Amino acid sequence: MRLIEVSTPPIEVLLVEDSPGDVRLTQEAFHDANKSIRLHLAFDGVEAMAFLRREGIHAHAARPDLILLDLNLPKMDGREVLALIKADKSLKMIPTVILTTSDAESDIEKSYELQVNCYLRKPAQWDEFASLMKNIIDFWLTKVKLPRRSPGHE
Amino acid sequence: MKNIDGNERHKQVLLVEDSPGDVRLTQEAFRDANRSIHLHVAADGVEAMAFLNHKGKHVHAPRPDLILLDLNLPKMDGREVLSHIKEDADLKTIPTVILTTSDAEVDIVKSYQLQANCYLTKPVELDAFESLVKSINDFWLTKVKLPQQR
Repeated sequence: MRLIEVSTPPIEVLLVEDSPGDVRLTQEAFHDANKSIRLHLAFDGVEAMAFLRREGIHAHAARPDLILLDLNLPKMDGREVLALIKADKSLKMIPTVILTTSDAESDIEKSYELQVNCYLRKPAQWDEFASLMKNIIDFWLTKVKLPRRSPGHE
Repeated sequence: MKNIDGNERHKQVLLVEDSPGDVRLTQEAFRDANRSIHLHVAADGVEAMAFLNHKGKHVHAPRPDLILLDLNLPKMDGREVLSHIKEDADLKTIPTVILTTSDAEVDIVKSYQLQANCYLTKPVELDAFESLVKSINDFWLTKVKLPQQR
């Protein structure tokens, strides 16, 4: 878990991603956005759930305002993480965006069945990746009203 | 129910909105942003559910790729429409975007609890409204992978 830029009140974003290259590109895109965003990282599904449930070293973890979730992850895959988030009364309202290289129709359909908020495919080209991250930041962190300071959120 | 443009493979968007002015603005903004969508309009929650369930005069209604849903609607309000959509095994996969003037935290939280895909507030300024519709088009109908039509 690392932090990018701190001021008040920051938007908390949890990135669940095991590829160091994609983590780096995402960090740079968020840094360039020059917003008050704290980007938290979980490298596998088990760590993501520990972060969300504030277990172990994540006892003091912030509640994310937005989750960016890869599908293919070590230990516990993104489909299972998504199912656990959306089955949890407290966590289900956190907007969760799938960000994956998979464009298999079965993955898209399954994710929407599990009530993903939206499904995005990672472009292979760096400039397209940067542009998509900018779209995510512009749309989700500027236009969308996120459920911040929600009841049941201690 | 109204259409913009006319081609089978175009994206189908259902706008559930009772304000004729907002319907008009949304139609114009989509027309400017993307000519290849069909924008269908339901003026209340009951008509929206009839459209989605192919009831009555909507027997041949297409399945929308995206739903834009106002919260405050006559007959059946948007919260109830949203909960019907997200409790229906077939309809729940259709991305449903709340588009409302309300920025009450209780409405935002309730909508996400009911699994709205995202929540947007309608700007009062004309330019900002057009720009928001363009953002919806650019993000949801261009970047996002939507479930395929069955």
